[in-house]
Amino acid sequence: MNAKTFPLPSSVKVIAGTEAAQAAYPYYMQFAKGDDQRFWFYNSMHFPEPMCAFDSVTGEAAYCALGAANTRVHCLPTTKGIDERIINGRVYIGGIGVTDPAEIKQRTDEFMQRAFYYYENWERLYAQWKDKMRALIEDAQQLPKPSLPEYEPLEHVRAGRGIASNHFLLDTYQKTLEGYFRMWHHHFEFLLLGYGAYLTFFGFCKKAFPEISDQTIARMVAGMEAEIFRPDDELRRLARCAVQLGVTAPFQDGVGVEKILQSLRELGPKGGEWLKELETSRHPWFNVNVGDGFYHYHRSWNDDLSMPFAALPNYIRQLQAGTNIDRPVEQLIAERTQLVADYRDLLNTDEERAAFDQMITLAHRVFPYVEGHKFYCEHWYTNLFFNKIREFGALLAQHGFFAREDDVFHLTHYELESAIVDLMQSWSAGSPPRGPQHWPAIVATRRAAIAVWAKNDTPPALGPVPEIIDDPAIVMLWGITRESLDAWLTAGEKPDSKVLKGFAASRGVVEGTARIVKSVDEISRLMDGDILVCQVTNPTWSPIFSKISAAVSDIGGSMSHAAIVAREYGLPAVVGTGTATRRIKDGQRIRVDGGLGTVTILD
Amino acid sequence: MASELIGWFADIGLADRPTVGGKGGSLGELTRAAIAVPAGFVVRTASFERCIGELEKQSPVASLVESLGAHDLDRVTHVARDLRKRVEAALLPEDVRCAILAATVQLGDAPVAVRSSATTEDSAEASFAGLQDTYLWVIGADAVLAAVQRCWASLYSVESLSYRRRQGIPESGVAMAVVVQRMVDARTAGVMFTRSPTTGDRSVVVIEGAWGLGSAVVSGEVTPDRFVLGKITGEISVRNISDKHVRHVPLPDGGTREEETPEAQRNAPCVSDDELQRLRDLGRRIERHYGRPQDIEWAIDQDGHVLILQSRPETVWAANDAKSVAAAKENPLHHVMSVFGGNLSGGKG
Repeated sequence: MNAKTFPLPSSVKVIAGTEAAQAAYPYYMQFAKGDDQRFWFYNSMHFPEPMCAFDSVTGEAAYCALGAANTRVHCLPTTKGIDERIINGRVYIGGIGVTDPAEIKQRTDEFMQRAFYYYENWERLYAQWKDKMRALIEDAQQLPKPSLPEYEPLEHVRAGRGIASNHFLLDTYQKTLEGYFRMWHHHFEFLLLGYGAYLTFFGFCKKAFPEISDQTIARMVAGMEAEIFRPDDELRRLARCAVQLGVTAPFQDGVGVEKILQSLRELGPKGGEWLKELETSRHPWFNVNVGDGFYHYHRSWNDDLSMPFAALPNYIRQLQAGTNIDRPVEQLIAERTQLVADYRDLLNTDEERAAFDQMITLAHRVFPYVEGHKFYCEHWYTNLFFNKIREFGALLAQHGFFAREDDVFHLTHYELESAIVDLMQSWSAGSPPRGPQHWPAIVATRRAAIAVWAKNDTPPALGPVPEIIDDPAIVMLWGITRESLDAWLTAGEKPDSKVLKGFAASRGVVEGTARIVKSVDEISRLMDGDILVCQVTNPTWSPIFSKISAAVSDIGGSMSHAAIVAREYGLPAVVGTGTATRRIKDGQRIRVDGGLGTVTILD
Repeated sequence: MASELIGWFADIGLADRPTVGGKGGSLGELTRAAIAVPAGFVVRTASFERCIGELEKQSPVASLVESLGAHDLDRVTHVARDLRKRVEAALLPEDVRCAILAATVQLGDAPVAVRSSATTEDSAEASFAGLQDTYLWVIGADAVLAAVQRCWASLYSVESLSYRRRQGIPESGVAMAVVVQRMVDARTAGVMFTRSPTTGDRSVVVIEGAWGLGSAVVSGEVTPDRFVLGKITGEISVRNISDKHVRHVPLPDGGTREEETPEAQRNAPCVSDDELQRLRDLGRRIERHYGRPQDIEWAIDQDGHVLILQSRPETVWAANDAKSVAAAKENPLHHVMSVFGGNLSGGKG
């Protein structure tokens, strides 16, 4: 029926000169015979950039857990898990649907016993989940920093430990890896069920109110107290502390973090008190990544204080001007309650209102998890994980395996284990490790490949177009529908237009100067009133929302936290444009219409 | 006596429809609900009946009409021409004449709109009522009087007479009220639907408007700008700005004309976001007052005041309102099967 198909996987060629880097990914991630018969799409939402060899562990761990939850734990009736392939550094994924009616029936019976149990015991299980997550984080924090002493410490000998330090490299590495895989199981324990309950309410609203916007439905459900708002709340608290303690002078725009900290130390006890408050906030609330946490270079506020510190001068100025900078939580809750009541009133019948009540009750019940899990999983735990790997990188770099600690991320997790064993052996033998002869050339090749791949446009999807997208996991997590596939198919045919379309995330119309910000290092380039254009918006960037006049992103849905933050700040935002950072040039004048979801290039 | 002949908007409401017509009753109702409606009065059906009564004294009217064969088009045409002339030229009973003139003077010097206001709400008859005339930008008491009589006379048009004969409607039941209302010198005017005309969605307000008087939009001579707003949230989800090549403007000596829109304005939005929000707010208030979705005519004057000219209950989608898109389930969890159960494509927007 479909005249059009996306390119077949077998027709996508590995870019010349990057074959060796492509071969680094595990064999089970390579496209193979048979894959041409299936539909694949580029997971640009989670992996918008080429994957370093090590970082591909995130896809592996996540899909192991997602698939297990769907296929074996909750037994989703019509879908199983997700297969992953990587080509030219790009992650393609394909869902496994269930089409045999007998199997659907059997899985439906299982699903209703399992998923319904979760829904019925949601609060208890979620409380238990938080305990499990905290314990897991605690375990990860307890893992020692990998190091090799010249001689085993005397106290180990006298204590009769009997196990030498080199063994603990492997032990720590394996525990680190195991913990990461385990974390992703926690991540998906509730996630599909949570999104499913949300989508049930969403589907009802779309039927009852055919023209309702996605963001309005999101606003009816969105929570106000989720952990993900805390980091920004902590910044406001620190701004208030600075004002109360009278130590605001060091906080000036354009002054580096080290300089500010130094000035505070010089301010004596008051400055010291503020620094103590800073430490309270940092643990755990600064464990937020400046991206989605899926890449090793998405560092956290704790790793790089420049992001949170960039926001402090502005908050302090607002406080000094007598502005209340607290999130108006009570007002937001009252607005949500009113919004729900107003829409409920518009329904046709009491029968509909009763159904509405049941569905929104369930949506409100599951939403704290949907919003809250990210802080524990994608931010806090992932941050600990990548930093632990970075410690191994530092140790290996110290032993000459490669030049810089971050080079470690050009090894797969299997290769890293081999490098660690290499180091363990050489330390034990007292001979030089083999790694320094082996890895530098490989790292250089792979680093070059990543740079080549980053400039390469990759097809949004591969393989035959499915008749319908009937996979709840794919619809829920990636928002992919038949309509969006059709749009992708025709995208290449349109003449170069000045208008970009995305999700209408937060209403309002603004014209201004576009500032393309590709990483957190470029945040300081934003001037007051600029329009932020970035690949992924993230709530941890929220402090800079007080500075910009609008936000545009390549990736993200109207349910994303970025959209929620933009609405709170009353800024127009268009997310999920796909191509904004490529099509808009830095400094161009653009118009953002957050109600229509359009971005117009004016120059 | 005057109150039987004339009714000021502030003194009438929907209950008075038998004597002030649907349009008049609605304008009264809106005025009482403190909605900004241009001031005006209704020439009640009693005035019409007094006028026809006087004509009956000279020569029969009702019996002449009732004697017409529904399909005898020649005779219908002849009688219609005769009766329209008689009604338009009739010398009104003194009290009726004085009541209309006095009310017109009391309304002030400003130009007025004179429109018929049918006394039935039956949809077929409403469309028949729609055949009758509207006179815009009428200036001076004598011109008002003449316009009122022309409205009455429109009841004796060929179309009206044929319709009544085909339906066998007795002449004793025929009456017309006429609305006389201060005219808005509209910068922009248009219509507003408090539910989507295309999907029936009650959560949105659709606003269409163009430059100048609303007659250009209602008559379809110009493609209006079109906006869709969330009724509750106010978010503007559709914003189609059209090429509004012409506009209707008043003539200094009365009446209106069509002119080309100045180049700079043609493709500019005819309402500001703030005005859209004020319209939405008015739409919600009117809908709440009537307890059901409304089709509304509005205008914004040269000073930026938003005024309501007319409001009618929406009828097309109202028939669906008893249906539910979903019902409560004994176990609320069964709702999630609409997502997980395998018919996802039907449930997504």
